Amino acid sequence: MNVNQVAENLALSHQEELVDLPKNYPLSENEDEGDSDGERKHQKLLEAISSLDGKNRRKLAERSEASLKVSEFSVSSEGSGEKLVLADLLEPVKTSSSLATIKKQLNRVKSKKVVELPLNKEKIEQIHREVAFSKTSQVLSKWDPIILKNQQAEQLVFPLGKEQPAIAPIEHALSGWKARTPLEQEIFNLLHKNKQPVTDPLLTPMEKASLQAMSLEEAKMHRAELQRARALQSYYEAKARKEKKIKSKKYHRVVKKGKAKKALKEFEQLQKVNPTVALEEMEKIENARMMERMSLKHQNSGKWAKSKAIMAKYDLEARQAMQEQLAQNKELTQKLQVASESEEEEGGTEVEELLVPHVVNEVQMNVDGPNPWMFRSCTSDTKEAATQEDPEQLPELAAHEVSASGAEERPVAEEEILLREFEERQSLRKRSELNQDAEPASSQETKDSSSQEVLSELRALSQKLKEKHQSRKQKASSEGTVPQVQREEPAPEEAEPLLLQRSERVQTLEELEELGKEDCFQNKELPRPVLEGQQSERTPNNRPDAPKEKKEKEQLINLQNFLTTQSPSMRSLAVPTIIEELEDEEERDQRQMIKEAFAGDDVIRDFLKEKREAVEASKPKDVDLTLPGWGEWGGVGLKPSAKKRRQFLIKAPEGPPRKDKNLPNVIISEKRNIHAAAHQVQVLPYPFTHHRQFERTIQTPIGSTWNTQRAFQKLTTPKVVTKPGHIIKPIKAEDVGYQSSSRSDLPVIQRNPKRITTRHNKEEKL
Amino acid sequence: METAPKPGKDVPPKKDKLQTKRKKPRRYWEEETVPTTAGASPGPPRNKKNRELRPQRPKNAHILKKSRISKKPQVPKKPREWKNPESQSGLSGVSVGPDGCSPVTPLILWFFSKTRSRLEVAEAEEEETSIKAARSELLLAEEPGFLEGEDGEDTAKICQADIVEAVDIASAAKHFDLNLRQFGPYRLNYSRTGRHLAFGGRRGHVAALDWVTKKLMCEINVMEAVRDIRFLHSEALLAVAQNRWLHIYDNQGIELHCIRRCDRVTRLEFLPFHFLLATASETGFLTYLDVSVGKIVAALNARAGRLDVMSQNPYNAVIHLGHSNGTVSLWSPAMKEPLAKILCHRGGVRAVAVDSTGTYMATSGLDHQLKIFDLRGTYQPLSTRTLPHGAGHLAFSQRGLLVAGMGDVVNIWAGQGKASPPSLEQPYLTHRLSGPVHGLQFCPFEDVLGVGHTGGITSMLVPGASEPNFDGLESNPYRSRKQRQEWEVKALLEKVPAELICLDPRALAEVDVISLEQGKKEQIERLGYDPQAKAPFQPKPKQKGRSSTASLVKRKRKVMDEEHRDKVRQSLQQQHHKEAKAKPTGARPSALDRFVR
Repeated sequence: MNVNQVAENLALSHQEELVDLPKNYPLSENEDEGDSDGERKHQKLLEAISSLDGKNRRKLAERSEASLKVSEFSVSSEGSGEKLVLADLLEPVKTSSSLATIKKQLNRVKSKKVVELPLNKEKIEQIHREVAFSKTSQVLSKWDPIILKNQQAEQLVFPLGKEQPAIAPIEHALSGWKARTPLEQEIFNLLHKNKQPVTDPLLTPMEKASLQAMSLEEAKMHRAELQRARALQSYYEAKARKEKKIKSKKYHRVVKKGKAKKALKEFEQLQKVNPTVALEEMEKIENARMMERMSLKHQNSGKWAKSKAIMAKYDLEARQAMQEQLAQNKELTQKLQVASESEEEEGGTEVEELLVPHVVNEVQMNVDGPNPWMFRSCTSDTKEAATQEDPEQLPELAAHEVSASGAEERPVAEEEILLREFEERQSLRKRSELNQDAEPASSQETKDSSSQEVLSELRALSQKLKEKHQSRKQKASSEGTVPQVQREEPAPEEAEPLLLQRSERVQTLEELEELGKEDCFQNKELPRPVLEGQQSERTPNNRPDAPKEKKEKEQLINLQNFLTTQSPSMRSLAVPTIIEELEDEEERDQRQMIKEAFAGDDVIRDFLKEKREAVEASKPKDVDLTLPGWGEWGGVGLKPSAKKRRQFLIKAPEGPPRKDKNLPNVIISEKRNIHAAAHQVQVLPYPFTHHRQFERTIQTPIGSTWNTQRAFQKLTTPKVVTKPGHIIKPIKAEDVGYQSSSRSDLPVIQRNPKRITTRHNKEEKL
Repeated sequence: METAPKPGKDVPPKKDKLQTKRKKPRRYWEEETVPTTAGASPGPPRNKKNRELRPQRPKNAHILKKSRISKKPQVPKKPREWKNPESQSGLSGVSVGPDGCSPVTPLILWFFSKTRSRLEVAEAEEEETSIKAARSELLLAEEPGFLEGEDGEDTAKICQADIVEAVDIASAAKHFDLNLRQFGPYRLNYSRTGRHLAFGGRRGHVAALDWVTKKLMCEINVMEAVRDIRFLHSEALLAVAQNRWLHIYDNQGIELHCIRRCDRVTRLEFLPFHFLLATASETGFLTYLDVSVGKIVAALNARAGRLDVMSQNPYNAVIHLGHSNGTVSLWSPAMKEPLAKILCHRGGVRAVAVDSTGTYMATSGLDHQLKIFDLRGTYQPLSTRTLPHGAGHLAFSQRGLLVAGMGDVVNIWAGQGKASPPSLEQPYLTHRLSGPVHGLQFCPFEDVLGVGHTGGITSMLVPGASEPNFDGLESNPYRSRKQRQEWEVKALLEKVPAELICLDPRALAEVDVISLEQGKKEQIERLGYDPQAKAPFQPKPKQKGRSSTASLVKRKRKVMDEEHRDKVRQSLQQQHHKEAKAKPTGARPSALDRFVR
């Protein structure tokens, strides 16, 4: 579209020109003009005529005359072929002196640049500020390290005096001093001998020399060298990387061959010089050869070989190449056979082994030894057999097993456990009966020293006493009003280690015996509940129902265990004096009875109850918003429906777990100590985002009570110390080692702000 | 402004004083080490004044097989030699209060530091101070004595006469018997410095003496049953629990006060750093009396009948009461109810004692058992022994020896090292007295055990019982009157408020999270917005047409979704945790369950 318009316009303009031409002529004839003018006209005419023929019509005519109709496209100074200059316009026909001045002025005007508009005031000020800021900040930035240093300093002492000169060494002060005593002389002799410093204790002459050895220039040179080396290295690396990236196979082949040749040469040289190393090299080469052989390169299986095989029928060269390759292959294989047969055989077996899948080996192993699973069951069987066969002979072993049973036999079926336990207990019972008779003797035997016989007897006696005590206790409990407690007496042993952290292990024979006895006690009790028909109670594992009950009971059991079953020997009390305290047995029995009577079997239950209450009290309460009778029938005895209650019950969020959740014998109060809380920090100080961080920083106490005096003083040093009676002057550049005066930098900007404005103006124009 | 504190760096485990290697910084999401495991290492802020630095007994240096008693019970020398140079400078008037140095100073420092986070700085400081503390142990010259039997010999069979024979005269003089058969069983108490001894007989005999020089300070008969006797903060004041009321006497035997609000007191305990006299009464009240101002701070009803078993935990100043229902309750004056209740025995509790580090509690009950409990959070018995007669009285020494009085016999058990509980396997020493034991206490800073019984008072030698090095500024056995007065003023200035007594004294150094959150909530309410809330995600403008409205919305959406996903993931994890926790409690359901009605 646009193109058409342009074309039309052009056409129009031409027509106008054509129209104009005849008009122009008479006007121009009227004017007085020189020859040149005439010539021009003539030329124009010629052009006009030539343009008539249509071929070269696009020549735009010069507009030499003001006219009403001005084409926007035809404004040009073209036509004459020469450029119009201002001077041409102003040049009069005849040169006159009066115009010379004007010309000069014009020239001057031309030479002068245009004065730009000044910016408005605000803008200028802004620019000033910006520049001043950037400059100043640049100037001030040199203070940054000093500021940082001061901020990080442990302590600042004002006034910031210069570093006090180090106290001169004592030897300098006492120049007249001489070593007088023989010891001193000896010391100095030693020092002199070893060239140790005598006067200045810090540096030996060697050190001093080494310090002085490297001047600044040297250091610089050294650094430059290092830099150069590093640069070279990086170039080399880059080059290597580039080479590595080259994909051309041919190139690589060439490189490889070159390398191989080089290696060969070196090898030959080595052979001459150092045969042992050469042998090693040889081995290496051999290895390489083997690798190559393994790669099946010469077996006519490659791409190239295949193509050659096709061509070989017709091409003699190809055939030859193939044969060559085959020969090479043969050579390779042949050499292999020659090399070392034993090795080869070994390799073969290895290969065989490799070829044979692992499964076979495993099977073989299985053949060798029994299946681990089978093995395990076998051993356990034997174990069982052992216990069944000779329980009397190996009571200790059995006891060991019992003690370890909890840990070991878990994977086995539970029924089995029960069965075995029962058997073991039976055997143990028998054994303990035997043992009880022979006990004093056995305990005596264990103590080989005769001096301790008395002790052991005592021990035995006390043990008997304890037994009686225990049996009595059981009787009492059987008579007691609380059947639950009694039921829990033979509680399973596995619950025990959960709660109790026994510090001592079964180690001695006696203890083992004791263990057996304990078991026996349990066994004695056993029949009772069975008779009462509470077998289900005895084997709680088999009872699938009522897990809730069990859970509660478990805790109870734990508590019971904790308080009752934990009564290890008082064997440790090897005090001869105590016996006299025992008086006659009966009195003691009586006392014990009394104690048992009020030794509160309810203690545990009471405690648990108390704990439950405490837990309940500390739980957040639910809010019940049900309105009885709203939307339902109301009245006495009518309860809102369950659905409604559910709907309007706002459950309180569950609080954090209690601290005594897993401690059955403890009630820890969850109440907050508000009096202490008043002393605690309640607002987190600013830079911290988490209270733990803050706590971490105040964790270490700083008082002198907990720290040594030095540490305390260091921890509490004030950040700023001012010396009394001194003027604290502001810090100066000279103080910190800067030579340049910072003053001179600032006014420079303010002195010639013009330059800056012009620059800015330019920027604006752009 | 400055680098934000790294959220990761957090509460590293308490460091042992001797530890020199730097530990890996602990992240706050990692759980804190359970105090039971770390408790053995005494962190720097232990009991407030518990600053004697304990020397480790050299492993092999002093064990001489030949001599039975390889070292005499230590006898501290003159005080001058004892003062550390550090503590002395404190004497010269540079007393700095506990708040003289606020944690703000280092804070300012850290605030600007760009290179090291302030937590790192704190850690470094802690390490440095702990190293310094470890180094300063070099200054503790004395080593604890001990008793070692010849091959296979039981130390329990060594009797007092043997020990007295073996030790030097000065130490031998510390073993003595006071035959006071007339005025019934005696209770006794040593002053905090270990220099003075006060004892009161059931039938009214009250006396105080400097037991080292055997110089009698006063001797009176109060003409009333005396149930317990105790020194107050210094040896100049003496509290006596008499039949009806509590009386306070001075060292001349002049009655200063009769406190009628504390009636029928059975046991007394004095908390030296709080200046509190705790009294347990027959009426079942535990009363705290502030002796510095003479005010009753708290009177707590234990609701457990007559109270006659009491001891204090020197670590946190919590009072332990033993009850007839087999429980031991822990009390603080700030709380109306017990801080904790521990069921220890089936029968009533007969005696309770807590060791000086507050780690172990020994209890004995009517069930004839002696148990040692771990007080570091678990409250479980570590070892238990049944004694033939049951222990009526228990006491711990400064170095963790446990003594039990059973009838007329005292048994002493020793542990393996300083921080270990006494092992009840073998008694370390036994001694038999002329009458049943009525009161027991180890003398501080002397290897001496005082036993009050019906026949009077016995002072036994127990090598290795107490701390050999004392702090001359804290409790100096050789202090003059002037020094005592000065100490008194300082101690009063440093008095700890009674309400700060709580189970874990370290908790005071924690931020009160509840009020912190409350304050935050209120601030949000006040301002109408959360000033610390994370600004909503604003997508950055991008070029090349990627900042179109649609893409902006998309980007916003992405971030939102990511956050949402995170939330869901977290909640799922929590649920999993809950389920995992809930599961193992129930037994595995059997296939036969379906038939159960």
